[in-house]
Amino acid sequence: MIPGEMHSELGNPEPGAPLQARLSGLARLGDPLFYGLTLAAAASIMVVTGWLVYQLFAHSAQARHEFGWKFLISQDWDPVAGQFGALPFIFGTIVTSAVAILIAGPLGVGTAIFLAELAPRRLSSLLAFLVDLLAAVPSVIYGLLGIFLLVPLLSGTVVPAIQSVAGSLPIFSGKFYGVSVFSAGVVLVIMVVPFIVSISREVLLSVPVEQREASFALGSTHWETVWNVVLPNARRGIYASIFLTLARALGETMAVTMVIGNTPRISKSLFAPGYTISAVIANEFTEATDNLYLSALIELALVLFAITFVINGLARLAILATTQRHETHV
Amino acid sequence: MFRLMRRRMTSAVMFAMTGICTVVVIGALFFILGYLFWKGGRYVNWDFFTKLPAPVGEAGGGMANAIIGSAKLLLLATLIGMPIGFLGGVYLAEYGGKTFPFMVRYVTDLLNGVPSIVIGIFAYTVVVLKVRHFSAWAGGFALGIMMIPIALRSTEEFLRQVPNGLREAALALGAARWQMILTVVVPAALRGIVAGMMLDVARVAGETAPLLFTSFGNRFWSEGFDKPTASLPVMIFNYAIGPYEDWHRQAWAAGFVLLAMVFMFNVTARLLVSWRRH
Repeated sequence: MIPGEMHSELGNPEPGAPLQARLSGLARLGDPLFYGLTLAAAASIMVVTGWLVYQLFAHSAQARHEFGWKFLISQDWDPVAGQFGALPFIFGTIVTSAVAILIAGPLGVGTAIFLAELAPRRLSSLLAFLVDLLAAVPSVIYGLLGIFLLVPLLSGTVVPAIQSVAGSLPIFSGKFYGVSVFSAGVVLVIMVVPFIVSISREVLLSVPVEQREASFALGSTHWETVWNVVLPNARRGIYASIFLTLARALGETMAVTMVIGNTPRISKSLFAPGYTISAVIANEFTEATDNLYLSALIELALVLFAITFVINGLARLAILATTQRHETHV
Repeated sequence: MFRLMRRRMTSAVMFAMTGICTVVVIGALFFILGYLFWKGGRYVNWDFFTKLPAPVGEAGGGMANAIIGSAKLLLLATLIGMPIGFLGGVYLAEYGGKTFPFMVRYVTDLLNGVPSIVIGIFAYTVVVLKVRHFSAWAGGFALGIMMIPIALRSTEEFLRQVPNGLREAALALGAARWQMILTVVVPAALRGIVAGMMLDVARVAGETAPLLFTSFGNRFWSEGFDKPTASLPVMIFNYAIGPYEDWHRQAWAAGFVLLAMVFMFNVTARLLVSWRRH
């Protein structure tokens, strides 16, 4: 609706009511003004986002021209020689996030099922509040805990235990120095689990009670109801929550930077140090002295932006598809 | 009969496993936080709040400049993020047609998902490259951009919860649309909107990555907004990866202070919203 349109019928002031007339004159001026202001604010989001993409693009031009698509598949990262390749960082980013999601996904969804299906409502919302609070912990604090609590714990107990059982597998082989791809993955698990729990719980709770009742009436056990009725209903929402979390994990910077070991090398073993896109930007951006170096780092940011953009976009589409499907049912 | 027992067993076992998941998740998280409060709490002292950092390598000193620096950055961020987010949220909830609001919402969610370090690079190219030095302006700009999406979506959400009857009543009394929005709808949703903004501030208060190369850091006081400015999160990062024992202790103390602040904002926001419902 066009603002002011609704009002124009009311706008004719009675004779002998000058105050009223002045007020409604002001009101009529105010409407397009306020509308314009809010519209400008809403439009500025699009402008900012477009501007961001443009800046990343423009400032990575030198590296893009110099290396072309080879940038994405090259493993050389040698600032002194002017050689820049993104592959070790892309690899590290994907592997740490994969470790995080593979552990945090089942753990988080399991917790969400417990909170939504079994826990009494009061306990459930109390725990959900606490989990939300944990999602608010800044990532640099998880990094701090990672360095001084998790890394000693991993190298003292967890990794020797894993290696004594499965040390012959290539992904668990090699010497463990504390900082590693695996450590980064574990820190990410702790960071992203609250998001998965929080969103999945909401999705599970939004499944209509009638669905459950129908299933119980057919003689299903509680778990069969959850497994055959509730989860399939909540499927898309849960996938979306995992995708959103994945995008978060991919872009996570501080905690990862502090425990991954910062070594641009692709290694078979999870216990070897690695590097991620965000970590290399955080570490080297202020040290980048020549323009090509800077431009290569900005191109890395562009790559990271593209990856998270695609994953976020897919997750949002999944959410939209769910909400629209529910609307057509209603 | 036997089959039913097996099915019930399966049910019990699976739920027991979800229970274990819950215990592991909640237990691990609380162990970690308890550890932080225990360890950080021991190292917080009066000097931490009142003194400048000691010269590199010497023990003692505090983070007074970083506390003030963080406050300055958050002030700038709020001045950028809040008005845009608020007005944009009003647009989505109160005006809006079909396609454009849909696009705004979609792009807002995408902007919300952009990694913070990428926002930092954006601020670097826009502000730092232009003026050729690090400044609080640049850091505040980065954090402000990060605040917009949540400010906008939470404003929209709380405005939508205002019953339509209120809007119709205001219009029927002869209020113009902008008067109706500003004097009736927004006040009705005010607590929720304020709570959303508080959560937003709390979120960016802990952001480190976008500050590394925008506001950078400073071991001294920085006057005004045009100088490199220290902030708590960046100090935690630098001190945690630094070589000195005393730095590590101060990093714990700073982590404690930062987290206490973030939690306070979160709990206050939560109380504001739940109070509204009674």
